[in-house]
Amino acid sequence: STRRRVPPGAAPAMNCRAEVLEVSVEGRQVEEAMLAVLHTVLLHRSTGKFHYKKEGTYSIGTVGTQDVDCDFIDFAYVRVSSEELDRALRKAVGEFKDALRSSGNDGMGQISLEFYQKKKSRWPFSDECIPWELWTIKVNVVNLANEQERQICREKVGEKLCEKIINIVEVMNRHEYLPKMPTQSEVDNVFDTSLKDVQPYLYKISYQITDSLGTSVTTTMRRLIKDTLAL
Amino acid sequence: AMDTDLSSQDRKDLDKFIKFFALKTVQVIVQARLGEKICTRSSSSPTGSDWFNLAIKDIPEVTHEAKKALAGQLPAVGRSMCVEISLKTSEGDSMELEIWCLEMNEKCDKEIKVSYTVYNRLSLLLKSLLAITRVTPAYRLSRKQGHEYVILYRIYFGEVQLSGLGEGFQTVRVGTVGTPVGTITLSCAYRINLAFMSTRQFERTPPIMGIIIDHFVDRPYPSSSPMHPCNYRAGEDNGAVYPSVEDSQEVCTTSFSTSPPSQCVFTVTKAHFQTPPPVVTDTLKVPVMGLAFSHQLSSSRLSYQPAALGVGSADMGYPVLFAGGLNAAHPHQLIGPGKEGGVPPIPSQPAHGTQADQERMCTPLDGVHYSAATPSSSEDTETVSNSSDGKCGSPHDLLETIFIRKVGAFVNKPINQVTMANLDIPFAMFAPKNVELEDNDPMVNPPDSPETESPLQGSLHSEGSSGSSTGNTHDDFVMIDFKPAFSKDDILPMDLGTFYREFQNPPQLSSLSIDIGAQSMAEDLDSLPEKLAVHEKNVKEFDAFVETLQ
Repeated sequence: STRRRVPPGAAPAMNCRAEVLEVSVEGRQVEEAMLAVLHTVLLHRSTGKFHYKKEGTYSIGTVGTQDVDCDFIDFAYVRVSSEELDRALRKAVGEFKDALRSSGNDGMGQISLEFYQKKKSRWPFSDECIPWELWTIKVNVVNLANEQERQICREKVGEKLCEKIINIVEVMNRHEYLPKMPTQSEVDNVFDTSLKDVQPYLYKISYQITDSLGTSVTTTMRRLIKDTLAL
Repeated sequence: AMDTDLSSQDRKDLDKFIKFFALKTVQVIVQARLGEKICTRSSSSPTGSDWFNLAIKDIPEVTHEAKKALAGQLPAVGRSMCVEISLKTSEGDSMELEIWCLEMNEKCDKEIKVSYTVYNRLSLLLKSLLAITRVTPAYRLSRKQGHEYVILYRIYFGEVQLSGLGEGFQTVRVGTVGTPVGTITLSCAYRINLAFMSTRQFERTPPIMGIIIDHFVDRPYPSSSPMHPCNYRAGEDNGAVYPSVEDSQEVCTTSFSTSPPSQCVFTVTKAHFQTPPPVVTDTLKVPVMGLAFSHQLSSSRLSYQPAALGVGSADMGYPVLFAGGLNAAHPHQLIGPGKEGGVPPIPSQPAHGTQADQERMCTPLDGVHYSAATPSSSEDTETVSNSSDGKCGSPHDLLETIFIRKVGAFVNKPINQVTMANLDIPFAMFAPKNVELEDNDPMVNPPDSPETESPLQGSLHSEGSSGSSTGNTHDDFVMIDFKPAFSKDDILPMDLGTFYREFQNPPQLSSLSIDIGAQSMAEDLDSLPEKLAVHEKNVKEFDAFVETLQ
């Protein structure tokens, strides 16, 4: 039999660390709560734009930040100053919110933010997307009876989100696996270079809605097909 | 802790990083308590003035206070930098709300790359600080300040004093960064007993304006530094004008490298200087306006107060903006900060500065290339720069001194060390020629398994999958039995194996060649709108199809 030298871990699948957060919010708070979490994660997972120079050196652009106040939650968060990124997140979160709403009053669902690397495969295999970090936010939508409850909910959800931010920062601080800084030819396999002002790691957002029967309808499939057809 | 392993260059860089990290930490904290929303812009081109690749403004007074408190020192064991946030009512009652602590402990990480990993992790830590400063209770209080109370800050250096926070204060850790000289930790202890400070209990009073807080008579620590209002505009009439010390102009843009394994390039670039900002130092009695302390900008790049910091910038004879860690395979190319070129005009009679300083302002050579065989090139550059003189005052374009050196492998073994012939597989000659070695393949290097349980609910995948990533994954190889399916040992030919290897190198598809490809791509693109329309029309069918898959 042949014996082949391989680095340890080459054969089994790569680790993907996964974190799960749960929030209970009122319907009108869904968007802001999701944006707060997603933006906080992406703040930590975005760099300035890389500019490659000769001999494989590169310089990094500057990431600006800005405060965002929530209207329906007593809460504020910091996000990366990038309108493109904000738009992309708002679009995804908006779809999630609509899907939650249309699923009925007992809305439960989850939205996932996955960071991945692309691995080029040789013909005839197509490129693989290999996730290295997965954030899942489980959302439970509650309905409130009166204004007093809503006011309490504003404060409570604000406090909960503070806890989530602290949790996210804890995870980030572990300094666990991050993709290696890529060469110029590899940069699109690691980072999303399509934005003009910042450079997040490659990410994708998907969501699932759990209807009252407990079955989950994956909308990712539908979107994937739509996206594929749209080339 | 012994730090003989750390090159002097790395040590200088590290000290500089820590210093500017401390200054930026103070800026972030104080700005987060101003009571306003902060907004800075991203910039895709490095401007050369943004430390840690983050756009954090520098409020001059705050920098001044921070430097005063630090007095040229850096956080070390037992010497922490603390930013105290407190609240003062219009009646004069005050209460400490938070203490932010930047501390250093003894736990060293010798292996970590200073100029690269430490820098990036400090950047990440600043981002965490931005996030955390918005989630402690004092944030919301500070957003409502102005009428009944103001928020004040005080910076001190030394031992952390938490007793003013009341009973049962809570602590939140912002993060830690290991370095070869110790681990930097950033945390916040905050008061939770804020009940009686609820703003609803106050009656409306006229806004508090123009408060200059010099000292508190009831402070238990008479030696404490003065408090300052976070809303710094309130202090405009105090007469002192703080020139806009843009520390950020001192060193900061770094370039990173994904160098080829056998060689790394270290480029030293002279800065583009704008007219230097006036500089206030502790040695000057009066603020110096309009003088070009070029020596501060050039040779003393590495420290604001060279003597005190002990970061031997005096040794650096050449105007290096920033020297990267050379034993890392991540050399730095320096980029000038300014948009305008040229050296600032050097006054004929600066108020301070010696002849030697003036000489240091001179530019060294133009475009001389040096090959340094050994890592210790700082001596080389010194001789290089000292040999020039007399060119003071004339503007210079960007010039580069390039050191080419051979260093160890980037992260992995260089490609030429492991050839296919070394791999013990049959039919090696049929193997793909441009093999991407797995140890260069980021997908294959397993990340380290997390040691601690996630505080959140469950890491679904990280347990159970192979965590065999202890130690240097690039050096440890394991032998595994490689048995191609349906093959028999020692019987030639192995049809399946041969076929597999041969088909890994098929000829290029003609449709992928550029000429034909471009043509057909244009046609494809033209037909896209039609196709899209058709598909959109049939969305319902596709959806139904998908439902059947559920």
